[in-house]
Amino acid sequence: MSTVIAPPKPGKPWTATPQQRLVTAGIYLAAASLAFAIVQVTPMKGKLAYFTLFFFASIIIDFIASYIQRGIASAKDAIARGFVTVGITFAVLPIFSILFEVGKRGYKGLGVGLFTSDMSATSVNDPIGNGGLLHAITGTVIMVAIALVVAMPIGILTAIYLTEIRGKFAVPIKFLVQAMSGVPSIVAGLFILSAYVYPITNTLSGFAGSLSLMILMIPTIARTSEEVLLLIPNDLREAGVALGGTQWRTVALVVVPAAKSGLVTALILGIARVAGETAPLVLLTGGGESVNLNPFDGPMGSLPIYIWKCFGQGTEESITRAWSGILVLLVIVLALFTMARYLSERKVTK
Amino acid sequence: MTLLENKPADIPAPREITTKPRISDKIFRGVVTAGGLSSLLILGFILVFLTYQGYDVLRTQGFGFITGSEWSLVEDESGNIDLGQTKFGIAAMLIGTILCATIAVVIAVPISVMAALYLSFYAPAVIRKFMVAIIDLMAAFPSVLFGIWGFFVLMPSAEYWAKLLHKYLGFLPFFDMQVPVFTRSPFVAGVVLAIMIIPIVTSISREIFGQTPLDRIQAAYALGATRWAMIKAVVIPYGRSGVVGGAMLGLGRAMGETVAVYTVLNIVYQINWQVLLGAGGNVASMILLKFGEAGEGEIKALMAAGLVLFLLTLLVNSIADLIVKSSGAKGR
Amino acid sequence: MTNENEDNMDKTTTKPSSLSDVAAAKQKKAPGGQSLGVGLEARGVHAWFSGKHVLDGISLDFWSGTVTALIGPSGCGKSTFIRTLNRMHEFIPGAQMAGEVLLDGKDIYESGTDVTKIRLKVGMVFQKPNPFPSMTIAENVLSGLKLAELKTSNKDELLEDCLERAGLWSEVKDRLNAHGGSLSGGQQQRLCIARALAVKPQVLLMDEPCSALDPGSTLKIEETISHLSSSMTIIIVTHNMQQAARVSDYTAFFLSDGGPGSMIEVGPTSEIFSRPRDTRTENYVTGRFG
Repeated sequence: MSTVIAPPKPGKPWTATPQQRLVTAGIYLAAASLAFAIVQVTPMKGKLAYFTLFFFASIIIDFIASYIQRGIASAKDAIARGFVTVGITFAVLPIFSILFEVGKRGYKGLGVGLFTSDMSATSVNDPIGNGGLLHAITGTVIMVAIALVVAMPIGILTAIYLTEIRGKFAVPIKFLVQAMSGVPSIVAGLFILSAYVYPITNTLSGFAGSLSLMILMIPTIARTSEEVLLLIPNDLREAGVALGGTQWRTVALVVVPAAKSGLVTALILGIARVAGETAPLVLLTGGGESVNLNPFDGPMGSLPIYIWKCFGQGTEESITRAWSGILVLLVIVLALFTMARYLSERKVTK
Repeated sequence: MTLLENKPADIPAPREITTKPRISDKIFRGVVTAGGLSSLLILGFILVFLTYQGYDVLRTQGFGFITGSEWSLVEDESGNIDLGQTKFGIAAMLIGTILCATIAVVIAVPISVMAALYLSFYAPAVIRKFMVAIIDLMAAFPSVLFGIWGFFVLMPSAEYWAKLLHKYLGFLPFFDMQVPVFTRSPFVAGVVLAIMIIPIVTSISREIFGQTPLDRIQAAYALGATRWAMIKAVVIPYGRSGVVGGAMLGLGRAMGETVAVYTVLNIVYQINWQVLLGAGGNVASMILLKFGEAGEGEIKALMAAGLVLFLLTLLVNSIADLIVKSSGAKGR
Repeated sequence: MTNENEDNMDKTTTKPSSLSDVAAAKQKKAPGGQSLGVGLEARGVHAWFSGKHVLDGISLDFWSGTVTALIGPSGCGKSTFIRTLNRMHEFIPGAQMAGEVLLDGKDIYESGTDVTKIRLKVGMVFQKPNPFPSMTIAENVLSGLKLAELKTSNKDELLEDCLERAGLWSEVKDRLNAHGGSLSGGQQQRLCIARALAVKPQVLLMDEPCSALDPGSTLKIEETISHLSSSMTIIIVTHNMQQAARVSDYTAFFLSDGGPGSMIEVGPTSEIFSRPRDTRTENYVTGRFG
């Protein structure tokens, strides 16, 4: 005889009960009070004192409580838990400070004029309303675009070599791509100076800046593209070849389209990587004040140079301009980053 | 009943399988290989051009380029460089580079490893996703941002910490100082660099911890281990060398930083071991500083300095790469 | 003389033809005959993975001093079930459960229970041998003590005792400082058994412990299981019905019809294989499916 009884509701008896949460809250409260008390009594003062004391107090109390309840192994686990929580807090705290400060200080300089005028007619002490960063934005866009045009094929071809052909140069090339990603940006600038500017043109130009950005872009694009191509299951390649496709047709018509969104992610990350590079541009582009749409002739402004120069000028207005520039740059980087993540998430769920 | 004669059958040799490559495939391979080798080309060119430009300087200065810390340009009446009298020495800057980068790593690596352990083993799923996203985001922040934020926001606090360190730990030789000038010291630069490299080292460590073989983790838990006991017994032995590799990558990054250090470090041409003292410098920011007014001769010296920096970061990154690769393979 | 020879030949050519014979050939063991009564009891255990119901109300008693085999086709929840017995089930993201598991009368899922203590009492041996490669053989065996911060008066005695009971002592006594990964598959599995024994569990769970091993190692481990069962409760999941027949005192048959897995029948091993009460059991043990 079997009567069908409805199954009980699924539960998670191992998660913390309200009682246990209360105990945890109690521990932190006790630690906070202890920290407060110690600060009153001793000469230690200030935020740093509070936080350090709170940290140590909470670990000690947690240690004692765990030891009493469950023994030494659990007590050691309590110490570890305390330390790793502090670790993640320190790792993440700066970003909130940065976002907050940039917003707060850069907000003052925002205005429509920011995006429609350049700095050619503005002096250091002019109020914020005068002048803008149009030249900086156009400069950055032009230079990054040129760099992308060269870096994209090289980066993607490198990735294709590493994943599809896997020839005898694969190991050295992989190593070299790693090495190239470690080249300091100022060295890239010096290189273009000595290889392109001095021997050939002897003027500063936007194109020279692009060349240095290209060197910094290639490793990022190559590495991300390689990861993306490795994710494409081998079945796809086998299907292409089994249908009689040559290798290049298989790669071009089957593998690359399948990896499309991942490759776009790689490009976006490459752009984000170089959009904020300052040092090589200082050496190579001269940082113009007016909108210059010709990358081969004359100094070209860019967002990082704009920020750098305003900071260097030192007046209150120019420093606000610098912060606004940082705000704009940050928003651009954030937008690129979110786009890249959105694309890669979509690919996974598809 | 007779058994069949058991003669070992003649086993044929394996056939060689060949395909004649089509022309289109040959071209394809050629193009792709060329693209792949371009990084070799570029790195080679960097080496060649910097050496070419800096050769004169290196030849006349000799070893003194790396060991001397005087940078004085002497010109005669017509503006030409008097190579006999001029001295270019980057020792102070080299030491500054290594010092700032070391401080950065000493601060960043413990924080990064603890953060990575938290994200891999202690964080609830929702918090984990959020934290990973913002740490990866921070890795994409431009360095000029860190330089300016470091100057305006962090430096006052860093000075305060430096004063505390001097007060309580001043007996240690490198926390001691003759003249108490706390602003723009290698310590402050080190803190800014640390904040810059924490995202990178955390990401790498997290990836490595995530690759710990699940069956060992389960074996530890099944024996009644707490989370920390499991981490100590399984995760750390497995991930140790990978984390070291990640730390070295962070070191390389910190060594090559320019603008983030430039604003918060006072460039002084004197070897300075006192990390709390506002003096020092690193090679990259020195190049940036001197570039504006440098004449032809001095530029060659800057190129030579760039060459030294290039080789140094190349060395550190190669060692890091080796360590990370060897850790993955043996998986011990 | 010819008669004797013929007798001998008869003896050697008589093959046990059915699993029930194999089961019957073992020494009969009365339930709870050795020591205290019920060791581990499962009461209405359900399990879910992210909302998908995978185990349907399993109730089983495991008597102390006996070996119980869990048999059934793949995917019917046997492994999931034994992982609810030592609270390893909760590590899987999205895992949920309902019901009780009583060890010595106390529910191991009761709130406030120290789960690490439970796992000391209910040990586990996995399908794929997983000794710690960064430790020596001796360190591996004693690792459970180190992990749980347990003290013992005589490490060497415990070491020898556990390796002896796992049937590995004679093979490794001269190389206790060799690395854990330097042994063969069968030896590694016995090392894992020794490691599980070092913390003195009351119950030992074995999740297809021999499926990755060769027949020679399998036989050695089955001998080990027989010896161990006199001092603890053993629950073994196995796909190999001959093994279940050889080794276990009781057998439980699990089955799923696409939905959650449930336990169809449980009983003394010899009966399950000779006179199963449910047709599905009979179909499985006679090889009609699975």
